[in-house]
Amino acid sequence: MRWIRQHLIGAIAIVVLLYLFLPIAVVIAFSFNNPESKFNLSWNEFSLDAWTQICGVPGVCSAFVTSVEIGLISTLFATILGTMIAFALVRYRFKGRSSTNLLIFMPMATPEIVMGSSLLALFLNLSFPLGPVTVMIAHIMFIISFVVVAVKARLQGMDPRLEEAARDLYASPSATFRYVTFPLVLPGILGAALLGFSLSFDDFIISFFNAGTLVTFPIYIWGAAQRGIPPQVNALASLVFIAALVIVLSAQFVAWRKRKSLSVR
Amino acid sequence: MAPVVPVASVTTKVAQASKQRSRIAYLLLIPGLGWLAIFFVIPLVTLFMTSLQAESASKPGTYVPGIQFSNYTDALAEYWPQFVRSFVYAGLATAFALVIAYPLAYFIAFKAGNWRSLMLVLVVAPAFASFLLRTYAWKTILADDGPVTSGLNALHLLPDGRILNTGIAVVAGLTYNFLPFMVLPLYASLDKIDYRLIEAGNDLYGSPQQVFRKVTWPLSMPGVVAGTLLTFIPAAGDFINAELLGSTKDKMIGNVIQTNFIEFRDYPTASALSFALMAVILVMVLSYIRRSGTEDLV
Repeated sequence: MRWIRQHLIGAIAIVVLLYLFLPIAVVIAFSFNNPESKFNLSWNEFSLDAWTQICGVPGVCSAFVTSVEIGLISTLFATILGTMIAFALVRYRFKGRSSTNLLIFMPMATPEIVMGSSLLALFLNLSFPLGPVTVMIAHIMFIISFVVVAVKARLQGMDPRLEEAARDLYASPSATFRYVTFPLVLPGILGAALLGFSLSFDDFIISFFNAGTLVTFPIYIWGAAQRGIPPQVNALASLVFIAALVIVLSAQFVAWRKRKSLSVR
Repeated sequence: MAPVVPVASVTTKVAQASKQRSRIAYLLLIPGLGWLAIFFVIPLVTLFMTSLQAESASKPGTYVPGIQFSNYTDALAEYWPQFVRSFVYAGLATAFALVIAYPLAYFIAFKAGNWRSLMLVLVVAPAFASFLLRTYAWKTILADDGPVTSGLNALHLLPDGRILNTGIAVVAGLTYNFLPFMVLPLYASLDKIDYRLIEAGNDLYGSPQQVFRKVTWPLSMPGVVAGTLLTFIPAAGDFINAELLGSTKDKMIGNVIQTNFIEFRDYPTASALSFALMAVILVMVLSYIRRSGTEDLV
């Protein structure tokens, strides 16, 4: 009885993690399905067709590439803009700090449908043509806040004595930044960029409102959901999932190795 | 004799230096904040203006600027059930997510040891698999002839005899999709708790329940507030779960806004509903934050 009580919370934690991964297991498993009907919803028989002919369904791969391109460009811009804001917030005193914080917090506290529809209202009133540009404008807008939060956390967690040491050793402000500050913040910036890319790549609601006739990967899935999602979509999504997991886990592993070698010395 | 430094010149120098520093700060802030001002704040103003537009008398189907507040009353009179349903579904999903997420966050913060960072990665990892596909996968898991539905049916727990295409499936989907947004802030605030406070509670003969109620739970309040907000807000505006997992009787306000904006092109009605959703959520967030006293969420 005591044993159960002591391990109960661990057991619950594992069950919750399994619950988080259950749908992903289904997504991956059904990439190996040879669906009976158009709808890839119940298991029929094992097949590798979706993986060997991953672009075999018209439009899947071009939608995928579109999402990658939009994700990369949006992430690049949002990471630069957000990192600059994070530096200003942590390193400088200026008037208007609380309104700056509010402006950064608001997009995270606003439902996507409100941001998507309000941007569409703006573009419609300006008769601005919808397409990749409007989607990227929207993505940069909603990613900035997440970048600010991630980079700010990294900057705040940095030991200020490292920069003081550089200054004491007569490093100019720009040299201090280049050789000390920036390398220390870089993991935070890269983490923020990965987060930003995954938010952009997977965004549906805001993109759907502002895409016009452009088809991103999530928009393709939405359309396909009505007439049956081909297993190729599952295969591509599984690829993305595994790639992202490998990147994050190897970053964790590198950090863990570094910690270990430091503690040995 | 010590050199006499004129105080005035020192202070002006300091003032100049800090002025220059704050100029750098503004240079760093302006591009990003400008982007947010142009593509977040101004659109909200446009949304509000669009919500007051009136249908053009000469060209039906197009809209002209106006101050037609009846758009709001008309829209809410027609769609109040979906509006209320959104808040009920989002509230239920938030409550379930809190109950499910708390033990996991607690375990990661206090018991996971070396596994902590790996477990955090695993909490975030589902976001790398498509939101739409994961939601769609619940169609397979909750299928009428699937193990979950037949199991619950054998226990006579399902009023309609099925899960898919009912409100239960929509709430389940919302709970699932936004669970990581609950776990992470809970973990962050539990992690900040000095574990010695919990030990002190145990040493003073507090029962586990008492220690949780009087020590752990109150100290984790900032995480509870942030987590419930981060779950409730996207859930209330979501239309994906209701569309994929629910029936036409389970539609939420997001579905209404989406169809009115994109399919019916009834921009004033859709804008009015969208703006009303924003206003209600904003009021709720502000009063909630004020009551629980967590000002710095960023």
